[in-house]
Amino acid sequence: MSVQPDRQIADMEGGSALPRKNGELVFDAAWEARVFGMTISMHERQLFAWNEFRDELIDEIGEADRTGSDSTYYERWLEAFEHLLLSKGLISQEELAARLEDFESGRRDDAF
Amino acid sequence: MSGNHGDGHHSHPESAVALRARALESLLIEKGLTSSEVVDQVISAYEQDVGPHNGAKVVARAWTDPAFKVRLLADGSAAVAELGFGGALIAVVENTPSVHNLVVCTLCSCYPSALLGLPPTWYKSFAYRSRAVIEPRAVLREFGLELPDSVEVRVWDSSSELRYLVLPERPAGTEGLSEEELAALVTRDAMIGVAKVQATAATAGQAAG
Repeated sequence: MSVQPDRQIADMEGGSALPRKNGELVFDAAWEARVFGMTISMHERQLFAWNEFRDELIDEIGEADRTGSDSTYYERWLEAFEHLLLSKGLISQEELAARLEDFESGRRDDAF
Repeated sequence: MSGNHGDGHHSHPESAVALRARALESLLIEKGLTSSEVVDQVISAYEQDVGPHNGAKVVARAWTDPAFKVRLLADGSAAVAELGFGGALIAVVENTPSVHNLVVCTLCSCYPSALLGLPPTWYKSFAYRSRAVIEPRAVLREFGLELPDSVEVRVWDSSSELRYLVLPERPAGTEGLSEEELAALVTRDAMIGVAKVQATAATAGQAAG
């Protein structure tokens, strides 16, 4: 499959705009790019509409700003993405917690 | 391209959030909701296709292929279509030792986004939109570009019907570079006309990927 950038994602404005430098996307760590890629790949498969994710992201950014959180853009993105997956029933809180526990304890170590 | 963004997987402690992202990807893959390959493709597509890369390729081609440059200046849209780039109608204006071109959209933020990606915030600001026309030399000075009085400054007003792209001057000392190496020197700002292209790579020192 060939992926073409989607303007409604690439051109988001305001607080939800993708971080850029010289017009190019900026990822400060590998995990940020992975989370970005996971989100868009699932949107491309029409598992959710982009507006649904963007609304979660805007809510998360608003909430973080209200509480004075120093979280980064992609930390908020990850939070929003997890909310959406849970609210859509695509994953459950239990399996997410169990998988995280597997990684924290070292029982699992799948590489990207 | 794979996820070679610089932080390793096993050799040093991983941040809590990175671990959380990895656990989530593992779960989504296991549930068949995504795959590593598609995630790689998405990252690659967005990194390569968004931003000023396409415009930089057009400029580098014009610097290395005189016949293409003639076509580009005569009919910008047709020439960029030769390279596979579409989008709105484009007019290309050439910088020379005696003429410097600057692009603005006085009404809103018309911009050749198929070639340059998303416009920078300052391009959309009221200050730039009004001052670029009234006092272009002062604006250029604020961008760090001091032009001698002998250089004529031409300001072009992009609109929804026609968008302008500046063909910057090829810097001295780049005679031995390939088209691809030249493209890496060309910045967004140079194609808007608020900077010149420097002979050293603008991307040096940035993260890989």
